[in-house]
Amino acid sequence: MSTRASTLAGHVMSAPSIIALFLWMIVPLGMTIYFSFLRYNLLSPGMEEWIGFVNYKFFLTDHAFFASLANTLILVGSVLVITVIGGILIGLMLDQAIFGRGILRILVISPFFIMPTVNALVWKNLLMNPVSGFFAWISMSLGFQPIDWFTQAPLTAIIIMVAWQWLPFATLILLTALQSLDRDQKEAAQMDGAGPIAIFFYITLPHLSRAITVVILIETIFLLTVFAEIFVTTGGGPGLATTNIAFLVYTQALLQYDVGGASAGGIVAVILANIVAIFLVRLIGKNLDA
Amino acid sequence: MGAIRLENVRKTFGNIDVIPGVDLEINDGEFVVFVGPSGCGKSTLLRLIAGLEDVTSGKIMINDVDMADASPAKRGLSMVFQSYALYPHMTVYNNIAFGLKMAGESKAVIEEKVRNAAKILNLTDYLDRRPGALSGGQRQRVAIGRAIVRNPAAFLFDEPLSNLDAALRVNMRLEITGLHQELKTTMIYVTHDQVEAMTMADKIVVLQAGRVEQVGKPMELYTNPANKFVAGFIGSPKMNFIEGDYAKARDCHCVGIRPEHFAISQESGDIPATVKIAEHLGAETYLHVNADNIGPMTIRATGEVPLGEHDRIWLTPDAERIHRFDANDKALSR
Amino acid sequence: METNFKSPTGKIAYSVFAWIVGLAIFFPILWMALTSFKSEIDAVNMPPLFFDFNWTLENYTGILEQSNYFKFAMNSIILSFGSTIIGLVFAVTCAWAMAFNPTKRTKDTLLWMLSTKMMPPVGVLVPIYLMFRDWGLLDSRFGLIMVLFLMNLPIMVWMLYTYFKEIPKDILEAARMDGATLPKEIFFVLLPMAVPGIASTMLLNIILAWNEAFWTLNLTTSDAAPLTAFIASYSSPEGLFWAKLSAASTLAVAPILVVGWFSQKQLVRGLTFGAVK
Repeated sequence: MSTRASTLAGHVMSAPSIIALFLWMIVPLGMTIYFSFLRYNLLSPGMEEWIGFVNYKFFLTDHAFFASLANTLILVGSVLVITVIGGILIGLMLDQAIFGRGILRILVISPFFIMPTVNALVWKNLLMNPVSGFFAWISMSLGFQPIDWFTQAPLTAIIIMVAWQWLPFATLILLTALQSLDRDQKEAAQMDGAGPIAIFFYITLPHLSRAITVVILIETIFLLTVFAEIFVTTGGGPGLATTNIAFLVYTQALLQYDVGGASAGGIVAVILANIVAIFLVRLIGKNLDA
Repeated sequence: MGAIRLENVRKTFGNIDVIPGVDLEINDGEFVVFVGPSGCGKSTLLRLIAGLEDVTSGKIMINDVDMADASPAKRGLSMVFQSYALYPHMTVYNNIAFGLKMAGESKAVIEEKVRNAAKILNLTDYLDRRPGALSGGQRQRVAIGRAIVRNPAAFLFDEPLSNLDAALRVNMRLEITGLHQELKTTMIYVTHDQVEAMTMADKIVVLQAGRVEQVGKPMELYTNPANKFVAGFIGSPKMNFIEGDYAKARDCHCVGIRPEHFAISQESGDIPATVKIAEHLGAETYLHVNADNIGPMTIRATGEVPLGEHDRIWLTPDAERIHRFDANDKALSR
Repeated sequence: METNFKSPTGKIAYSVFAWIVGLAIFFPILWMALTSFKSEIDAVNMPPLFFDFNWTLENYTGILEQSNYFKFAMNSIILSFGSTIIGLVFAVTCAWAMAFNPTKRTKDTLLWMLSTKMMPPVGVLVPIYLMFRDWGLLDSRFGLIMVLFLMNLPIMVWMLYTYFKEIPKDILEAARMDGATLPKEIFFVLLPMAVPGIASTMLLNIILAWNEAFWTLNLTTSDAAPLTAFIASYSSPEGLFWAKLSAASTLAVAPILVVGWFSQKQLVRGLTFGAVK
C-alpha cells in the first residue's frame, strides 16, 4: 500500500545492502565450489587443473574427516545439551523474586561478552592447568589427583569452555520466553490441582518449546564453526582429538596450502550448516508478517 | 479555496478493484463525509486524494488542476489520522510547526501561526509538552492544529474520533463542526459511524465495495434513500425490511419501514406482533418484536411505553414513510 | 511465573542459593580479574590466593607501557566502530525500505539475508583469503572492516527492521503530508523515534565485531590485528605470565563487558532475528 514513488525509493534504498551481501556470500561461495573441483595448491602455482570430485573423495575418505566430523558432532551435541538444560534451570531460577536479581542476571549473562580467545586462555591457564589451576586445587582439596585436562580429556575441556560461553545465550532467551508466560495459565493449573512438577511439564515446558528450538538452531549454526577456542588452546590436538571440521579446513587451507581440498571441506561444512539453517529459516519465516 | 473533483478515479491492488471508478464533486467550503462499512474503500479513497496512494487511472482535480501524479506535499491538503500520528519526540509546538518548517517559513511566521492555532484549539498551555503527556482529546486537537496551520485547500480526516471514548467523541464532534463553521475550509471526513455522518456533514457520500451508492444531504439520504443499502445504513436502529406477501401487496419486492415510523396499539392495527424484548431508555423505548407471518422487527417508540415480554401489539406503519424497493434493491417512487 | 515466597526466610535461602550459582558462572571472569592484580608468583601459588595477596598494578603498567598493546586496542576500536558505522548506513536505509515499503519479495529477501548469516565462514575462507592476498588487503584494517561489516549486516538489518516495524506508518505519512522530503522524513521523524533501537543495534554490533575471532585471526598478522589476536599470541607456551595474561585479558574484555550489560535485552532480539520476543 504505497505510491510508485515510495516503492521506487524502497528499491533504491534496499539495493546497496542486498548487492553487498550478494557479492559477499554468493561470489566467494561460487569460487569455493569451483576451487573444490580443482587440483590447486598454493605451493605449486600454475598447476591448477580440473579433477572433478577427487578433492571430495579425498576429503570424505580421509580418516581426519571422520575424526573431525565426530568431534564436531560431539562438541555441538554436548554443548547443546548442557546449555539448554542449564539455561532452563537458570532461567527458572532467575524468574523468581530473589534479592539482587538485576545484578545476578548481569553476572550470569557476562560470559557471552567475553571474546573467545580470552575465554580459552583463561580456562586453559587459570582454571584447568594441572599444576596451578583452580580446578587442580579443588581436586586436591577433595583428595583426588588433578586432571590434566588438555592431555586426558581435551575435547571435554573444549566442550566445557564453549558451553560456558553459550550458557548465557540460552539462559537469556529461555528467561525471556519464561517471562512471557501468562501468569493466569499457571494459576488456572494450580486451581486444577497441578503441583509444581506437573506445571513445569504441562505448562512451562510446552511454552518454552519454541524458544528451545530457536536456541538449538542458532547455537548449532555457531557451534558448527567453533574455531578460536581450538586455535588458541589445543591447535586441534593432541593428534586430531580436538579438530573439528572448521579447524580441519583451516589447517588444509592455510597450513597445507591445499586450496582444492580445503574448498571441498568448506562445501561439506556449508552443506552441514544448511541442513540446520533450513529448519531455522522456516521457523523464523513462519512468524514474519512482512 | 478548495474545490475537489474526482473524475473516474480507479484503484486496483493486484487483480482486485478496490475503487472501480468514482466520480465526485466536492465544492469549496463543503463538509463532505465518506461513510460506509469497514472495507468499503472510503479510507483508500481519502488516501488517493491525499496522495498517499497512487490512482490506477483517473483524475484528481484540486482547484481545477489535475494532482493525480503530484506528491502529497504538493497537493496543499492536510490530514488528521485515525491514530493522530503525532511525532512523539517533538513538543506540541514543534508538532504543529513541523509542516511550516518543511515549507521553509520564517521563525516569526511559524511562531505566529502556531500560537494562533493553539489559541483556537485551547492548546496554549500545552505547547511545551510531548504528545505522550496529553490526553486523547488533547492529542486529537494537536493533530488538528498541525493540519490548520498550513492553510490547506482542504482538510482530510481519517476516522479521527474512533480512538476516543463515547463522551469525548460527542464533544470533539461539536468542536470539529464549530471549526468548520469558523474556518469555512473544505473538509473531507471519513467515518463508519452514520451518526457522525448525519450530524456533521453538508454532504454525505455513502460507499460500498468501492462504489458510490448515493450522494446527498443527510436528510435527503434519510428520507429518500436511493437503494436498500443506503436505507439500511443510514438511521439507527436499522430500517426494517419486509419481503414476501406484505411487499407483493404493495407492488414491490421489498418494503422498508424505519423503526420510528410505526403507530403502536394494543387493540388493533395492520401488523399483529408479539414483544420479545423491550429496551427502556427513558426518552424512548426499543421494542424487539416478532411480527406474525413476517418475523423479527424493531420498533422505536417515544417516551416510556408500558410493554414487556409476551405482550400482544398491533403496528401500523406511517403510509407516507414507507420505502419500496425492487428486486435489484433500487428504491421505487412512493 | 514468579513464585511469591511465603516466608522471608524462604526468599533469603533461595536467594543465597541463586547467588552461589550465579557467582559460580561468573567465577572465571572474577578469577581473571583477581589474578590480574597479583604478582606472577602469587598467581601460580597453591593453594590459590583469593584476596590476601599483595595487590599490585605492575601487570597493567607493564602492559600499558608495551606500546603495541595500544596498537591492538586501537585496531579493535577502529574495526568494531568502523564496521558498525558503515553497517548502520546500509542497514538503516535497507530496513526503512523493508519496513515501510514492503514488496512481495521483502519477506524472501529478509530470509535470504538471514541465510547468509548461516553460511559457515570456512565455506568462503579460501576465496576471501586469496582475494585479500591478491588485492593487498591481508592484514589491512579496511579489508577487515569490510568483512566485519558484511558479516553483521544481516543482523543489523533484521534488528532495525523489527524496531522500525513498531513505528506506526501513519507518522511517516503525516510527515509526508506535512511536506517532508524522503531524507527529511528519515532524519527528522524516523531516526529520532528509532534512537533506542538504533542504539541497541549499534551496541550489539560493536560487541560482535569486538569479539569476532575467525576472520580477525585468519586475515591479520600484525598491522591490523585487534585484541583477539593480541590475546591469542599469549597461547604460545613461552613462560608462564599468567598475571600479565589476566591483565591483558581484563583490559580486552572490560569495555565490551560493560557495553554488553547495557545491551543484554537486545541480544535476544538481535541474535534470534525476532523469533523470540
